[in-house]
Amino acid sequence: MTTLTINGESRSIKASPDTPLLYVLRDELALNAAKYGCGLGQCGACTVIVDGKAIFSCITPVMLLEGRTITTLEGLGSPDAPGPMQRAFLAEQAAQCGYCIPGMIMRAQALLNRDPHATDESIKGELQPHLCRCGTHMRILRAIRRAAEEMKLKTADARTRR
Amino acid sequence: MTHAVSRRGVLAGAGALIIAFRLSGAHAQTETGTGGKPSKHGLPGSLDDTPRIDAWIRIDASGAATILTGKAELGQGLKTALLQVAAEELKLPLARLSLITADTARTPNEGYTAASHSMQDSGTAIRHAAAQAREILRDEAARRLGVPATSLQIRNGEVFGPNRMRLGYGELVRDQMLTVDAQQTSHLTSPADFVVMNQPVPRIDIPAKVTGGAAYVQDLRPEGMLHGRVVRPPSYGATLRDCDVAQVEQMGGIVKVVRDGNFLGVLADREWTAIQGMRTLAATTTWIEQQALPDSADLPAALMKLPSHDTTIHDTGNPGEPGILVEGTFSRPYLTHGSIGPSCAIAQFGDGKLTVWTHTQGVFFLRDAIAGMLRMPAENVRCIHAEGSGCYGHNGADDAAADAAMLALAMPGRPVRVQLMREQEHAWDPFGPGMVVKLRATVGGDGAIADWRHEVWSQSHMMRPGPPGALIAARLKADAFPPAPPVALAQPEGGGDRNAIPLYEIPNSKVVSHFLPDMPLRGSSMRSLGGYLNVLSIESVLDELAARSGQDPVTFRLRHIEDPRAREVIETAASRFGWAGRVKRSESTGFGFGFARYKNLEAWCAVAVEIEVPRQSGVVRVRRIVAAVDTGQVVNPDGIRNQIEGGILQSMSWTLFERVTFDRTRVTSVDWSAYPIMRFDSVPESVEVRLIDRPGDAFYGVAEAAQGPAGAAIANAIRDATGVRMYELPFTAARIKRAVAVRSEG
Repeated sequence: MTTLTINGESRSIKASPDTPLLYVLRDELALNAAKYGCGLGQCGACTVIVDGKAIFSCITPVMLLEGRTITTLEGLGSPDAPGPMQRAFLAEQAAQCGYCIPGMIMRAQALLNRDPHATDESIKGELQPHLCRCGTHMRILRAIRRAAEEMKLKTADARTRR
Repeated sequence: MTHAVSRRGVLAGAGALIIAFRLSGAHAQTETGTGGKPSKHGLPGSLDDTPRIDAWIRIDASGAATILTGKAELGQGLKTALLQVAAEELKLPLARLSLITADTARTPNEGYTAASHSMQDSGTAIRHAAAQAREILRDEAARRLGVPATSLQIRNGEVFGPNRMRLGYGELVRDQMLTVDAQQTSHLTSPADFVVMNQPVPRIDIPAKVTGGAAYVQDLRPEGMLHGRVVRPPSYGATLRDCDVAQVEQMGGIVKVVRDGNFLGVLADREWTAIQGMRTLAATTTWIEQQALPDSADLPAALMKLPSHDTTIHDTGNPGEPGILVEGTFSRPYLTHGSIGPSCAIAQFGDGKLTVWTHTQGVFFLRDAIAGMLRMPAENVRCIHAEGSGCYGHNGADDAAADAAMLALAMPGRPVRVQLMREQEHAWDPFGPGMVVKLRATVGGDGAIADWRHEVWSQSHMMRPGPPGALIAARLKADAFPPAPPVALAQPEGGGDRNAIPLYEIPNSKVVSHFLPDMPLRGSSMRSLGGYLNVLSIESVLDELAARSGQDPVTFRLRHIEDPRAREVIETAASRFGWAGRVKRSESTGFGFGFARYKNLEAWCAVAVEIEVPRQSGVVRVRRIVAAVDTGQVVNPDGIRNQIEGGILQSMSWTLFERVTFDRTRVTSVDWSAYPIMRFDSVPESVEVRLIDRPGDAFYGVAEAAQGPAGAAIANAIRDATGVRMYELPFTAARIKRAVAVRSEG
């Protein structure tokens, strides 16, 4: 039995330790956001955050994840209370079919957590492992910039109050 | 043929009598699968096939409305746009409306959700049905209140009369009240009074998609669900020699292995177990394969050598005076739809009945094909649309549904979910067909185009189900179905010859369509069909004629086109871009322009681009893009912008990067490393979309309007930057670099 910490909760996993995280999230824990896209780490649709870093859940067996902190898109907010990055994607209507979006959001969230002042070039560079087939790239970039602004304001606000 | 494009647009004062629709029917079979018959009732859009108002609009005792459509959400924003239309005409707040999409047991049959037909088919039907439902409710209120209907006003689902009299829709509605056929005339809301239409209403499907809601068929988990996976043959026509079913059946967690002829599948309680079972089964299976694929080294030549059915689809005038000659052979390779989520379906069989949840584009046609494949009566099969990853045409959706149906039959009572693996989606996709265009044109001494001859070679772009043999599983099972016969989509919408007839005024012009009944690789509908290559070729030659005769490309286009709506998008794109005052930043800079009216019948779109392409590297970097679009009456301006931006970026990807590869036996581009598409490092710096406002006009299909013009604009910008005209798609850095080198040597 593997124990994983997912979105702040400790979960006991029945799946065999070599099972990629993606199938545990979707199949065992009924979490929808991480998507199967290629199973090869080529498209980014399965991306989640582990200890602050974006990883491909389709090629990461759960045996490597015991004791580490896993965040999925569900951990960033809900339809009723979306997080800043989700709000930004809604505000920019940054989706067409939307299948690639959860992975994009997770990669962008990890980047902004690490570097709230990420430049446009570094955002683009960071998203290089992610594919979007609908051609929503311009909106995805706008949404991430919007989220970065909002997160910066929040940080500035918190500093002023201190 | 003229019937298909006839339209009436009457706008009559404050009484808001507007009739702005295009009669459907009376034209050749179209990509939606619903044409080919004369108009039955003279009613607009899909009302002509399904005239009963309550087939589209139902109102319950609470006054809330349910809207029904036979079209499907493909990520294009259809749900939101249809609800906007219904809310506007019903005078109900959006929040009081719900929507049921394509379901063979519940909704009208509107054929395939394809060819940018949804707003003109379903949007038009719902708009008129909603307007007529509103009138019926108002008349009922007038009867009950004993006042003339003209003295009543309607707001927020309530009818207001004199002396504070009011009645809600819920109070007014009675059984069967809307069980009537639509009338020929609707009292539509005037664009001046729109509160929901022509507004950028946020899409209703996006919140679930950005928060991990159950947004896709991939996310459904009915009680007792099993996971299925299939083993596909390694190549077309491969036959199974031997496989070790027992070894897989002994694996822990495997519930069943299914073999039916060349069809192989596994069922398991868990998805990862199913994948491991599939891998083991594939490893223990041997196949007999044939070398049946063409020589990929010269695909254009291979295609042009195939037997063809030739049709002259356009022929005017006589050969003109000799002038400056431009000729070229343009080609595109096979392209894959490339959905980011491999196709998926869930099927459940019990009591002789089969239900399939699927992201097909045509639930009714798929139902018929699956029923045929399983030799079941069609009434015992129900197909329900559930959203998938974007499809961009006929991808693996129908095949996955057939696979799920096959496996569900083997496990009665249990819902079976099948998702294709990446390599299965890539290898077995019904590709956008490889195509060739030969174009030869001259510009005379007066600077006008004198002669034009366009020939296009293509296999079918319409191999969708209907016939069971269009489904992979039906071709593989022991009692196999023959391959579906090739369908040639006819003009005016066309298939491989879509957009092959130039819109420009040319005194002497001939267009020949060479339809190839053979299908060297499996192919079918992919966004814009032949329109992409035909437009790219026409606009490349036009550009070349302008360059060789020393004329500005935009001025040259305007000189040859009279249609005021075409002129307006060209002029708008050019002026927003600053075309006339354009200045090259460096010797690598190129400017390019492209224009088309989609299918010569739908939205008008012009695209201007600025690129940088250093001769040493051949790497195209797109700086900015400006597009102008006229799609008639706008329902959701942000939805249209999203579609046009997406169409431009997808077309950039086709144009610069994409090619299905194969050897003599197998498709070899089976993942994203072998089939690269655009990544973020190639995204333009800016994309601007200008919409032309056409209040009161009909809906013109827009979702595929940008692909041709965007590809053409890039081709022309490469020529402008390097002096090299590119002919063979994709225009990769290596090919551009080579073409530049050859030119400088010459």
